[in-house]
Formats: sequence, structure tokens, C-alpha cells
Amino acid sequence: MFDAPPKKLVEVSGLKMHFPIHAGLLQRRVGEVRAVDDVSFDIFEGETLGLVGESGCGKSTCGRAILRLYDITAGSIRIDGEEIGQTSQHALRPRRPKMQMVFQDPQASLNPRMSVARIIGEPLDEHTDLSRPQKLERIYELMDAVGLNRNFANRYPHEFSGGQRQRIGIARALALNPKFIVCDEPIAALDVSIQAQVVNLLEDLQDRFGLTYLFISHDLSMVRHIADRVAVMYLGKVAELAPRDALYATPLHPYTQALLSAVPEPDPSIENRRTHIILTGDVPSPANPPQGCNFCTRCPKVMEMCHHLDPVMREVQPGHFVACHLHDPEHAKTAGQTAAPEATKSIQQGD
Amino acid sequence: MPDGGAPVLDVKGLQTVFRTRSGEVHAVNSVSFQLQPGELLGVVGESGSGKSVTMMSLIGLLPSPPAEVRAGTVTFGGADLLKVREKQLRDIRGARIGFVFQDPMTSLNPVFTVGYQLAEPLRKHMGMDKAAARRRAVELLELVGIPDAARRLDDYPHQFSGGMRQRVMIAIALACEPEVLIADEPTTALDVTIQAQIIELMKELRQRLGMAVIWITHDLGVIAGIADRVMVMYGGQVVEQAPVKDLFATPQHPYTRALLQTVPHVTGARADRLNVIEGQPPVLSAPPRACPFRARCSHAFARCGQQNPPRVPVGPGHDAACFWNPETGAPRDV
Ligand SMILES: Nc1ncnc2c1ncn2[C@@H]1O[C@H](COP(=O)(O)OP(=O)(O)OP(=O)(O)O)[C@@H](O)[C@H]1O
Ligand SMILES: Nc1ncnc2c1ncn2[C@@H]1O[C@H](COP(=O)(O)OP(=O)(O)OP(=O)(O)O)[C@@H](O)[C@H]1O
Ligand SMILES: [Mg+2]
Ligand SMILES: [Mg+2]
Repeated sequence: MFDAPPKKLVEVSGLKMHFPIHAGLLQRRVGEVRAVDDVSFDIFEGETLGLVGESGCGKSTCGRAILRLYDITAGSIRIDGEEIGQTSQHALRPRRPKMQMVFQDPQASLNPRMSVARIIGEPLDEHTDLSRPQKLERIYELMDAVGLNRNFANRYPHEFSGGQRQRIGIARALALNPKFIVCDEPIAALDVSIQAQVVNLLEDLQDRFGLTYLFISHDLSMVRHIADRVAVMYLGKVAELAPRDALYATPLHPYTQALLSAVPEPDPSIENRRTHIILTGDVPSPANPPQGCNFCTRCPKVMEMCHHLDPVMREVQPGHFVACHLHDPEHAKTAGQTAAPEATKSIQQGD
Repeated sequence: MPDGGAPVLDVKGLQTVFRTRSGEVHAVNSVSFQLQPGELLGVVGESGSGKSVTMMSLIGLLPSPPAEVRAGTVTFGGADLLKVREKQLRDIRGARIGFVFQDPMTSLNPVFTVGYQLAEPLRKHMGMDKAAARRRAVELLELVGIPDAARRLDDYPHQFSGGMRQRVMIAIALACEPEVLIADEPTTALDVTIQAQIIELMKELRQRLGMAVIWITHDLGVIAGIADRVMVMYGGQVVEQAPVKDLFATPQHPYTRALLQTVPHVTGARADRLNVIEGQPPVLSAPPRACPFRARCSHAFARCGQQNPPRVPVGPGHDAACFWNPETGAPRDV
């Protein structure tokens, strides 16, 4: 597909975002929520990286930290070759146009007192010195691009449907010709029939403008549709990262296997034959993650070493990374396991 | 599975209207369906299609005003639930028809312990004394898979995780062993691994207790896994109804067909582009005089704008409200 080796547009390395927990009368710092805890990945120019995982695992925090909406605890973030991990908010300002965000709740993220034209034009006011007619022309262009009727420019958000409101948010994100867009659950608040419209729009815009997406979602079927590669997060860490087809066909991490097997297929003839891996218990708190591998409290394949040793991420097949002792050649040997082929087999049966 | 005998619940011609300042909203229009003992009826449909309002109407849970149930009968246990007194209805709701809603936090009372909320209906409707109700409450929490149940009885709802609260809600709904359980998007707010736990639990409980269930969801995957029969709603009406296999294999209504094509899958072939249903859901400001889906339907023809299509049988236990026949690709002969 690519002639030249693909260029890395986003490089995240050792990213940590810990939120302090304060308690008591004096609001003393008593601990921290390790929302994102040592995460590393790259996103290639023009691709969509899907970021999946259960509620509270740190997906949104990760996306917001990459855009430096937070001052991060540790790590390096390079966007288009430029390190922004420790850059001051002031110095970030001129770089903001390149990186944008689309939010989950189109209702909450749009100012109800501003017309659609003003909402879409706001970033133009802030970051450009276009004349009024130039600005209006750009607003119309953007409305065309996302499939909003130009005649609606003076209407207010409440006069639109959920899907249309999400289009307004996307038009605003596009205003400054960004290269990189973090889409944080952009379809979660929409009806199924509208989700497909918005996803198709995001794909069209990507083709047209060469956009790079971090697509955050808990909808594993939709991520399979839109993403080129997928990262699976659990409790602040990336458990597995792989090209889409490899991840869905042969997931290696027991968490990914459980997660995928839990998604019901909208087809009774398939669904009745599938075996679901049912995880017991709940996700532990990120303020107090378990020792060793953070999945050890729920893992159906847990081993002795998992309780004290945190597995490192390794590339087990080209482009397929997993952080699990079952796939660590040394530990697998000592544990007398040949884990990878076995894991692969059990999933094929589950299909 | 449905046995074709007498239904536990028989709804005929239900019509519910909201009177608002900006006019009437005809949320439920002439909805009819039956629920057989022990069966699981899945209800799907677009947001705003009337799924919740239908179920709330038939057990008298809608505030009136603004809601007004204008027509219909709801036969349950030999009585019409739309006509019985409020006190009798409350007893039925507490003991014979159970509910689980999407957000357990809005239906669990934050100021009472979970044990109290479980024991209360047992004492009131089953005549148990305090000690017996408490013993039964522990059993119920164990039944829904809450670890360390006896100790957790004195905890408050906020001390449970989202998945556990949903389990508590199910335990409360099941306390008096109802004949019918109505579950309105019971897993929508939960993560998939927790959803899988709840679904597994429901399958098991249904086998053990033999109750009939109405399960509202927008997730066709959930429906495929648990339903015996499916009812599809659109614009406040039932547009199709079929055994689950037939609905997925041979959907007849253009809305059902489009809906099945818009959702991506986690296994099998991957489509390059998703199908979409263009357009907007109908405005429900008046009773429908035409097909509510016609503006978004690729098969609509003149008749669809002149008449609201009645539900016609299209197969065994399968009916659809549409003038167009997908098998012949021509108008239906009705
Ligand atoms: N500003 C904050 N202060 C303290 N804790 C926070 C803050 N933001 C997020 N957290 C915590 O960090 C963890 C990760 O949250 P995050 O919102 O990133 O999860 P998520 O994966 O996006 O979840 P969801 O799928 O529910 O959106 C959670 O435990 C959350 O409570
Ligand atoms: N209190 C109310 N006042 C006015 N209209 C209402 C009221 N409650 C519901 N409606 C309307 O009734 C219709 C049916 O709503 P209902 O909640 O049954 O939809 P639903 O199918 O359950 O949708 P969802 O999937 O979003 O839960 C909608 O058009 C809704 O806007
Ligand atoms: Mg989030
Ligand atoms: Mg509803």
C-alpha cells in the first residue's frame, strides 16, 4: 500500500498522567490516580489508530494528554517531529491549530448561545486574521465538507439533531487545517443509524485532507471498521497493540481475548455458536492498581509470576506488540509453556 | 420458548400522547403485542421510537400530565392494567412485574442500604418477617453473583460498582419472583465484559425461574444472543415482529433491513463502507396517517403516503407493517 516507509506523525513514549488525590480538612495529597501509566505508541501519517478499553482505563486522559490539554506527569510526545511533552501552554498556542479534538457529547461541547457560523468560526477568530468575508467563505466551505446545509449557518445547536451537532463539532475541528485529530467517542452519544453517517464522514475527510486520527471508542465493532491499527488499554497501560486484522483474528493478550469474545455478534446463527470468555470481578481502581501485571486479578490464564512481575511490552510478530508473560519467551520457557500457539488456537475455536 | 398458549401479557391498541407546551407528541401509536410465559421478547428501534414509553405506559409509570394513555387494553392476570386502581397496580408492580432500568443510580434509593431495599418488597408483598426477609435478601444477592453477600447487605448503593449496582437492581426486581421482568437497556451503561456477565446471569436466571422477559436494547448483538422473539419499533409503532432467527435471516420491513446493514461486526467479513439510513426520524406531532418511515425509505411509493400500512403476516409468527414485498420486489398484495 505504501511506497515510501510511512512517516510517524505522532510519537508517544513513556507517557504518564497521574492525578493527585486530596483528602481531609486540609486537602492533603494522600495518593494519586494513575490514569495513564507509562504508555508508548506511534501513529503514522494518514492512519487511524483505534484506542479501546473499558470505562476508566484512561483512554480520554491519554488523548487529552497527547494534545497537552494537561501538564503531563512524565514522558515524551512528538507531533510532526516536534517535542511538546514539556512545552509551556503559552508556547503551545501557535502549535494548537495542527492538533484538534472531537468530543463525545455534541450537546455539551457546543455553546448553546452561539450560532453555528460563530461556533465553526471561533478557531478562525483566535488563530487567523482572515477578513470577515474570507471567514464566512471558509465557514461555508467547512459546512459543505461535513454535509451541513449552508442555509443553517445562523441557527443554534438545539435546532439540530445529534448527528448534525456532531457534524458541527467536526467542522470546527477542521477549521484550521489540522493534521492530527483526537476523536474521543465521537459516536457514542448517537443512535445506531446516525453512527454510520458520522463514521463515513470521518473516513471521507481523512481521504480528502490526509488526516491522522486517534479514534477513542469502547465500541470494538466500530473500531474494527474504522481503524488501521488498534491499541487495547487496561488500567492505564497498553496491553496489546497490533494491526487491525491481526488483533481481531488472533488477539494474544488474555484481556483482548476476553474483551473481543464479550462483544455480541448481531447474527443469531453466529452468536449461538460462540463461546464467551466471562471475566469475573470488576476493574480495580487506578488509585490502587494490583502488584505485578495489572490484569492479574481477573486474568483467566494468570500464573504465579504475574502477581509480582509487571510484563514489558514486546513485539512478538511484526507490528504486533503485547505485554503478557505468556508471550515472553524466557518466562514461557521457565513456566513450561508454549503459550502463543495455544492462545491462537483457543480463539479460533471461539469464532 | 413461546408455546402459543395463553399469553402472560396481552397489549392491544396502546396509544400514548404527551401534551407539551409546543403541542402533542404521539409517542406510542396503536401498539399491540403478546408476551408468552417464559419467553424473552427483545425490543429494538431508533432512539425516540417509543420503546420506553410503551413499557412505562402499560404499568402506569408515566407521570400524568404530561402523559395520557388514550386507548388500549393491557391484559395481565385477568385484569386490564389500564383500568385497575392505583393501589392494585402498585402491588402488581412490586410483586408480579419487575423492572430494571438503564441507570441503576436513578432507581436505587441512595439513602437506604441495599439490604433494606431488597427486604422491603419481601415483607410487604410476601408477608415475610424481618429475619426471613433478610435471609432471602442474602440469597438473592448470591443469586445475582455478588460476592460476600451477607456483609454487603448493609452497604449503600454508592459503595457498589456500576455492574454490581445493575446486579442489585436485578435482585430487587426478582425478589418476589415476578411472572414478567421488563428490562429497559439494562446493560447499555455497562462495559462489554460486565454486559457479558449480566447476560450470562439473565440466561441462567430465566432457566431457573421461568419468567417472561421484555428486553429493550439498541444493540442488535445483545438481541441476537438472548431473544426468542423480536419486536422492531419505528416512529411509535411496531413495524415488524418475528422469531429472532427469522428477523435476522429474512427481515421484511425496509427499516429493519437497513438497520441490520448499518452495524459493523467483530467477526467475519469487514465492509469497506458502512451503509447509512439517510434522513431524520419522524416528528410525532399528530397520529400517523401514512407510513412513518416513508421519507427515509428507498422503496416508498404513492400508497405509503396515503395510508399507514397495517401489520400483515409474512411468515410463521412473523408480521411486518409495509406495503412493499422484498421477496418479489413489488408492492404487497394487501
Ligand atoms: N481530572 C481528573 N482528576 C482525577 N482523576 C481523573 C481525572 N480525569 C480522569 N480521572 C480518572 O482517571 C481514570 C481514567 O479516566 P478516563 O476518563 O481517561 O477513562 P476513559 O478510558 O476515557 O473512560 P470512559 O470510557 O468512561 O470515557 C479514571 O479513574 C478517572 O476517574
Ligand atoms: N415527558 C415527555 N414529554 C414529551 N415527549 C416525551 C416525553 N417523554 C418521551 N417523549 C417522547 O416520546 C417519544 C418516545 O420516547 P421513548 O423514550 O419511548 O423512546 P425510546 O424508544 O425509549 O428511545 P431511546 O432509545 O432513546 O431510549 C420520543 O419522541 C420522546 O421525545
Ligand atoms: Mg473517556
Ligand atoms: Mg428508552
